[in-house]
Amino acid sequence: MIELQNIVKSFRDGGEKQVDAVKNVSVTINDGEIFGIIGFSGAGKSTLVRCINLLGRPTSGTVKIDGVDITALSARELREERKKIGMIFQHFNLMPSRTVAGNIAFPLKHSGLTKEEVIAKVRELLALVDLSDKENAYPSELSGGQKQRVAIARALANDPKILLSDEATSALDPQTTNSILALLKKLNAELGITIVVITHEMNVIKQICNRVAVMENGEVVEQGDVFDIFANPKHTLTRNFIRTTSNLSKVEQMVEEGLPGVAPQKGEVLTRLSYRQKDVSEPLISTAARRFDLDANIILADVEIIGGAPIGGTVVIFHGESSKIDQAIQYIRDKHVGVEVIKDARNPD
Amino acid sequence: MQETLIKLMPNLLDKFPDFLEAIRDTFIMVVWAGAIGFVLGLILGIVLTVTKPEGILENRVIFKIIDVITNLFRSIPFIILLTALMPLSRLIMGTAIYVRGAIVPLVFGSVPFFTRQVQSALSQIDEGLVEAAESMGSSPWEIITRVYLKESIGPLARATTITAISLLGLTAMAGVVGAGGLGDFAVRYGHDRNMTDITWATVIILIIAVSVIQAVGDGIAKRHAH
Repeated sequence: MIELQNIVKSFRDGGEKQVDAVKNVSVTINDGEIFGIIGFSGAGKSTLVRCINLLGRPTSGTVKIDGVDITALSARELREERKKIGMIFQHFNLMPSRTVAGNIAFPLKHSGLTKEEVIAKVRELLALVDLSDKENAYPSELSGGQKQRVAIARALANDPKILLSDEATSALDPQTTNSILALLKKLNAELGITIVVITHEMNVIKQICNRVAVMENGEVVEQGDVFDIFANPKHTLTRNFIRTTSNLSKVEQMVEEGLPGVAPQKGEVLTRLSYRQKDVSEPLISTAARRFDLDANIILADVEIIGGAPIGGTVVIFHGESSKIDQAIQYIRDKHVGVEVIKDARNPD
Repeated sequence: MQETLIKLMPNLLDKFPDFLEAIRDTFIMVVWAGAIGFVLGLILGIVLTVTKPEGILENRVIFKIIDVITNLFRSIPFIILLTALMPLSRLIMGTAIYVRGAIVPLVFGSVPFFTRQVQSALSQIDEGLVEAAESMGSSPWEIITRVYLKESIGPLARATTITAISLLGLTAMAGVVGAGGLGDFAVRYGHDRNMTDITWATVIILIIAVSVIQAVGDGIAKRHAH
């Protein structure tokens, strides 16, 4: 378990001006989970994660790993502790003069393994990240995704219990990002390794994280279970991040652009329904349409599986008697589905 | 063949033993001052790199002291350094003249230059590599040897090449303290006695020496480029 308690990290900005990169943040990360920290650049998430392996020492606050306060360790003890915390980076940080095998063997020096054992370990790790054929290649000969796989293998060389991922997919294309995320998820499932993921992409959180903390200006503005955060985002920043991953947010833009079929005709109401609970299985829209004698035209739908449960929603145009539309909206709300009226064309003024 | 040579370079053949001695003296000066200077400059360059602000062993006092002293010695013209360091030379080497007397000023003349070259080579190392090594539990010593030095063999080879060639140039001035060497040989005979063939022979030897140093440096740098 990683316990960050009241972490403050301040920098002196050249002269006398003090910059608080992290302000009194407390986060607890449980064993075996994939914990995401999301925020824009400059939010303090990289600074915060560097407090976990003390690449940056917090100005105040405690960092406990499995109950041990690592800020109190000696330099030598800290180096031993760091071997149990792997880290991967946005720009991979592979040693250009060493081969793939040489890079993966880098942290195995002084590990007490014989030369043969090191070679065996390197091959085992290469197989784990699916790069067995690149053992003798140099980093410059690899693609971005392959480099990150090598970096992951290197980070796992000392069988760490924690893996810190600092924007590890931010320099990769979407397809490669997905394959790296799938690999991280596999490592979490197979090795039980705790993973802390820093990202500015909500997609990354959505795809692999169990819990998430949203950071802004050095503070955690919201944290919790990923499904809950997606279902009921409380902070504006969180909502903005979620918007970036959902097609449903495009509807406002589509209305503005006047795309045919999107704008409601006279007497119609354009709504967005969002599923916020894990057990939505009723055919709500068709039930409502039948019960209140309405036409429901679904123009957009986006449902995804997050944290094992479907989440998302639909954009629907309701057509029918004005009071019946209100009743239908109330009926759907009573079923714990969020209803936003995007454009109401019942009153022409 | 021999006759042509005699016709072309009459004075050189006449002074041939002196010529060989001059080559030997220059060689000794470059090798000794170079070897000592290489070690000192490498150490100072590394110390500057690790003690700089945000460095792995940040230490403003040590950084500032080396920084200032390096600038100080770099700004003194070598010809002044040669005579100014005579007392120190006498103290360390037992003499301030001949080849032995030239080693100390040559070291002082080339170390600050090489220190800056090393510093510049090491500064090309991506800070991310250092951070990655730290995250893997490497000690400062391991980061110096396994990251800074190992990852900059190419740039360091180039820095050494440049310094060795400039050192070769400095030895030409060492004649001031009676150190002999090719520079002194060329001035004494080629210039003072107007024996043009001796000047030419010296220049040819120096061209060969510079080319060999450059080729070795380039070879090492190329072998370590990936």
